[in-house]
Amino acid sequence: MRFILGFIGSVFAAILLFSMISNLATYISNKPAPLASDVFHKEPKELRLASDGAFGSFKNQAQLQRGFQIYSEVCSACHSLKLVSFRDLKGIGYNEAEIKKIASDWKTQVPSINPDTGEASTRKALPSDNFPPPFANEVAARAANNNALPPDLSLMPKAREGGASYIFSILTGYQNQPAELLKRFPDAKTPPNLHYNPYFANLNIAMPPPLKGGEVTFADGSPNDLQHEAQDVAAFLVWASEPTLANRHAAGLAVTVFLLVASILAYLAYQQIWHDAKRAVRVTGPLEPKNQAKAKRAKAKQGVAG
Amino acid sequence: MSFSWAKPYEPKNPFMRWLDQRLPLPRIVYNATGPGYPVPRNLNYFWNFGVLAGIFLTIQIVTGIVLAMHYFATTDGAFNSVNGLIMRDVNAGWLLRYAHSNGASFFFIVTYIHIFRGLYYGSYKAPRELVWMLGLVIYLLMMATAFMGYVLPWGQMSYWGAQVITGFFSAFPLVGEPIRVWLLGGYAPDQAALTRFFSLHYLLPFVIAGVVILHIWALHIPGSGNPTGVDVKDERDTLPFHPFYTAKDGWFAAFVLLIYAVVTFYAPNYLGHPDNYIPANPLATPAHIVPEWYFWPFYAILRSFTIDFILPAKLWGVLAMFGSILLLFFLPWLDKSPVRSGSYRPVFKRFFWLLVIDVVILGYVGGAPLNWWRTALGQFAAAYYFVHFLVVLPLVSAFETPDPLPSSISESVLHGEEAEAAPAGQTKPRRGATATAG
Amino acid sequence: MATQSAEGSTTISHEGEGDGVRRRDFLNVAAVSFAGVGAVATLGPLIVQMSPSADVLALATTEVDISKVQSGQGIKTQWRKQPVFVRNLTPKEIAEADAVKLSDLRDPETLGQRTKPGHKNWLITLGVCTHLGCVPLGIGEGENRGPYGGYFCPCHGSMYDTAARIRQGPAPKNLMVPDYQFTSPTTVEIGAKGK
Repeated sequence: MRFILGFIGSVFAAILLFSMISNLATYISNKPAPLASDVFHKEPKELRLASDGAFGSFKNQAQLQRGFQIYSEVCSACHSLKLVSFRDLKGIGYNEAEIKKIASDWKTQVPSINPDTGEASTRKALPSDNFPPPFANEVAARAANNNALPPDLSLMPKAREGGASYIFSILTGYQNQPAELLKRFPDAKTPPNLHYNPYFANLNIAMPPPLKGGEVTFADGSPNDLQHEAQDVAAFLVWASEPTLANRHAAGLAVTVFLLVASILAYLAYQQIWHDAKRAVRVTGPLEPKNQAKAKRAKAKQGVAG
Repeated sequence: MSFSWAKPYEPKNPFMRWLDQRLPLPRIVYNATGPGYPVPRNLNYFWNFGVLAGIFLTIQIVTGIVLAMHYFATTDGAFNSVNGLIMRDVNAGWLLRYAHSNGASFFFIVTYIHIFRGLYYGSYKAPRELVWMLGLVIYLLMMATAFMGYVLPWGQMSYWGAQVITGFFSAFPLVGEPIRVWLLGGYAPDQAALTRFFSLHYLLPFVIAGVVILHIWALHIPGSGNPTGVDVKDERDTLPFHPFYTAKDGWFAAFVLLIYAVVTFYAPNYLGHPDNYIPANPLATPAHIVPEWYFWPFYAILRSFTIDFILPAKLWGVLAMFGSILLLFFLPWLDKSPVRSGSYRPVFKRFFWLLVIDVVILGYVGGAPLNWWRTALGQFAAAYYFVHFLVVLPLVSAFETPDPLPSSISESVLHGEEAEAAPAGQTKPRRGATATAG
Repeated sequence: MATQSAEGSTTISHEGEGDGVRRRDFLNVAAVSFAGVGAVATLGPLIVQMSPSADVLALATTEVDISKVQSGQGIKTQWRKQPVFVRNLTPKEIAEADAVKLSDLRDPETLGQRTKPGHKNWLITLGVCTHLGCVPLGIGEGENRGPYGGYFCPCHGSMYDTAARIRQGPAPKNLMVPDYQFTSPTTVEIGAKGK
């Protein structure tokens, strides 16, 4: 049986080695050319937020409210926030009355039925509703956006490698296509309905630059240049993707400290229980250390004598 | 149990006596995990990982059952029930969800360490072959359960992972495609697949629990192995499971749970993939489809076959992938060395470490985007994997000269290697052996 | 040194008992209790996750427009997924309710106690019979209102009067009056704790 198995194994191995050699041969003879995105794609810029790190929290409510303002005045025209409810805004410092007003003033209404005729209609949003999407369905969204589908933003930092840094980089990364790129890759000119952004995976993103600085005016006079706007909305999106982050960090601290103490106590108890097991095992008879020493000496004497 | 010095169960409490007379459950617990189960006294920490696997199975079952109270198994409702309802609105929902997703990863981590312990110390050898094979059955069930569980949130990776894995079956000629359509209940993963995966994902962990009981039962017949591979001879070699190993397992479990807590609370998405936070879209394939990290070595083996040779490459990949696990069932007969433990097998030991490095490489290749050198590396590593088990081990076990074994466990514990008597368990005489021992 | 270990034996010595035992036990007890506390704490999330989630609690209040309910009419609406009867009592019905002696009632309450000051004609109660939970008849036009002119439960024959108080039949309590307040003369918010 072992021979059969050995044979099967050798067959697999042989095929694999053959594949490997042919793969290397193909590569050496026919080196694939690098793509424009391999060369010009950029890693996300660094962004520091109050929610970063093991002790991160959503205490900077002013920033989160500014971010929400940017979302509602700029982004919500195209991007839905379907998993977030108006009542969740309590978490960034709005009170009940403010939330009620935000909900009923929201530019998109919630689908409903006319109570008298039964026809489809809409109603003002309530605090218990989730944010109504700007477009009724995917077809409507694409029709309004050159066949591109603006993704829902409820989970965006968790759905992209780089998270908030990536979002910040995209928002601040729009630029003209560099001349060097066009020289090296003449076929890689940005198509008409797309926009060059080196932080996007294939360099050309369908979203036109949504922010340039100055779109939103903050009541408290906070700076509204592009960098600040982008940071604020990125911070808001981090909150929107995980409002319970602060609870998670707090609970984590309690659990970690508890388990650390528990491990130490349990380890000490273990040491104590085992302390007797090895040390106090007393062997009598030939294996007892003093008898063994005796036997050794006796043997040595024999060795000398004999 | 087969040890004559095992403490017999003598209930003092009248209620326990009453219960024991009618249903010997207390006796079974006492004899399996209590003072009634003698365990070799020289176990190292690699022996803790079986219990840890049991702990993580329990964590998964408990968190899974409560998550199922809130989850909707519908294609339009699943994603929102997980990321909208459970993560945001259900009290402590975020904790349960992260505990469950990271619990799966930790279940696999401890299981892999447990398996590699078995490989190094020869735990698969007689008389424990069935323990080993039941363990492999548990591992296969774990993989099925984990695969189906990952589909449930119905994210992009859930959907496309389901597409790829069920696609394996279409590699088989004639029967492949009908089987694939039968499994899915359709032509692509859709409502039918999601509902049945939910049902089976709920069921299989209980099947795993049942096989775990058989696994432990089969182990307790000959008793636990130990790092020397030498059989237990008498009372000096063992300690009662309680309190010695309950204490050791207890503290180490607290320590492992500490690591688990740090990951769950502070880096809960590190072991996952961001694409699964995008709702499933049957019309758009993600840039790189990858399964969860614990499947990466097998994914690497699958993708390594790029050349048609009598059979199409895709079929070779599927056969090799399943073969890589199935060959482990034959291990007790592939490796016939009468010396169990790698500690006393110098040649085997070196190949063992090569295997570990090989599996790590396969894991790396399986999770990274393919390019020319990673493909080549993966092909070489996959070739070595098969050669290791099917060619190297049989040869090594036939021709290796093992180191001398201690004559008993307590010898090795109390006096080290010096006081050993005639070495046990060898097929050839010790090289350069003289009549007098040192 | 081929020793036959048959004559040897192993004993576990218990030196330093007494004080050592107490120290030993204390550490073991401490470790086990700590673990126990942890186990109990783990139960917390498992139990609390079954409580109503935030989205369910958010639907805790419902606004009802009562402008179209004429005197003598009633509407059936919903609050927390349960039926609610909103009835505009006629002066005759109010007088009938006030005329009943409290000692005749199984669950003594006056109509004034079951309505808001200044809105004695608005009787807002759950439409759930306090016996076993059926929806009583009487709120809709033409439905059987029972001999006391209020509500009648067809399941087991509980009969309620014009103030929705139990008069006859197996129900133990009057129809429950939920918290509500008038947010305007024509709208009522059910579930809101009023003044």
